[in-house]
Amino acid sequence: MPMILASVENLTVRFQPHRQTLLLRQRVRNLFSRGAGGGSFLALDRVSFNASAGEGIAILGQNGAGKSTLLSVLTGVLKPDCGSVKLGGRVGALLELGAGFHPDLTGRENLTLYAALLGLSRHAIKQRFDSILEFSELGGFIDEPLKNYSAGMRLRLAFSVAVQVDAPIIMIDEVLAVGDTAFAHKCIERVIRLRTEGRLLIYVTHITEGLDHICNRAIWLHCGRLIQDGPVNEVATAYQAFMADPDRRFRDPAS
Amino acid sequence: MDPSNSQPPGVQPTLTSPGWSGDTSFLLYQIVLKDFRIRYRNMSLGIFWSVLNPLVMIVLLTFIFTQVFVSKTSNYPMVILTGLIPYNFFALAWSTATTSLIDNSSLFKRIPIRPELIPIGVVLANIMHLVVQLALLIVIGLIYGVYPTWYWLWLPLLWGLELLCIMGLGLATAALHVVVRDIRYVVESINTVLFWLVPIFYTFAMVPDRFKELYLFNPVSALVLASRLVILEHRHPPETLLWKLTLVSVVSFVAGLSVFRRLQSRFYSYL
Repeated sequence: MPMILASVENLTVRFQPHRQTLLLRQRVRNLFSRGAGGGSFLALDRVSFNASAGEGIAILGQNGAGKSTLLSVLTGVLKPDCGSVKLGGRVGALLELGAGFHPDLTGRENLTLYAALLGLSRHAIKQRFDSILEFSELGGFIDEPLKNYSAGMRLRLAFSVAVQVDAPIIMIDEVLAVGDTAFAHKCIERVIRLRTEGRLLIYVTHITEGLDHICNRAIWLHCGRLIQDGPVNEVATAYQAFMADPDRRFRDPAS
Repeated sequence: MDPSNSQPPGVQPTLTSPGWSGDTSFLLYQIVLKDFRIRYRNMSLGIFWSVLNPLVMIVLLTFIFTQVFVSKTSNYPMVILTGLIPYNFFALAWSTATTSLIDNSSLFKRIPIRPELIPIGVVLANIMHLVVQLALLIVIGLIYGVYPTWYWLWLPLLWGLELLCIMGLGLATAALHVVVRDIRYVVESINTVLFWLVPIFYTFAMVPDRFKELYLFNPVSALVLASRLVILEHRHPPETLLWKLTLVSVVSFVAGLSVFRRLQSRFYSYL
């Protein structure tokens, strides 16, 4: 019996496209032109799946398919309109490169703030600081302000903290592409090791090349709906065939 | 350690809704520290600005109201300072709290921390100004022969109530500002109005009797009045004033928090 770490049932998220930041003037105007804008659209439409410890699940889909929305619901920052998400532990998420980082703070200050945001206590950070720094290979740069960092260095810092959180569930949103190949390789190896230790990995991407190295299973989302859920190579092949079709805009992959 | 990590391997953990778990007080401390650090980094005078600003105001107002309009108030600089300190704290903390959610959206857009911590942390970071300006108060007081007394022990209570009141206002306006981006200008305008309607460069005694009751409904006026009683007249603040302040502060905090909670679910689509 595999240990279930995530149970997603009938997940539905509805967005109001006209619900943007409006100025008072626009708001007043909208009051008088009611019904002019479009209705809501479903960012996620009845998505269900279960995930167990040790699995590596790739979430595939073209832009706007609902991948990031799914991750937002899974981490808990977005409440679904319908359906439920249940998790078997805390989440170590690396969703946006440098979410929570401030350019004027040093690498060390950002590291502490980011670790605190992910839930680590002062004691836990002190305990892990050396191994975070060692993994990041930033060395003396750790006391430089973040604005002097390259994108690759920011990734090193963020990734090094995120893998040190000791969360049973790890979510990564296609950020690994930024680092140089050596560090990307090191990250992938670390992620695979965490999987074999019994963590659940959820990896959002639209690049299928070499994906079977990281993940064993893939979920293909299209316009908020779950099209296919199965072994990574099978789903990746079907997804690639669909993406290669120049007429895909007029096709529904579900049919 | 987090309980979810200490589970023996192979045992099915109970499944719960996603959320944040961790050390909330340490996170709040880090948010306060962040706000404080980024405000003073890249400045050569740093925290000295929070001394310079009231000093300029004191010199300016003293000149105008002792040389241009002649007033009979003695140690006028101390009168200004005892009014300016609570007002400055109120105005600055409230306006920075109002924009705090927008300024720090990256802290809670991807990580499910409680977003209340951000305006609360930003208000707390402003305490530093209060401490620095208190030092200024002591120095100016020594010059004008006003020395700290035991009555000053009332000040932490008064400022604590002010803090609570600002947190409530800040929570409400910060949440509203996410949805309607003109709120910060509303807050700035209210602060300008308050500068004139709070007895800062005049005393409460100069206020015509028929407006006095009305003045006491304004928590910032009540605070200035209480601070002056404590610092300049060595008297403890009247009980009714304390009760009014406590009531206003608690109501403000509870109401602010409930406005915040009501709007919270909309943050994701507005940021």
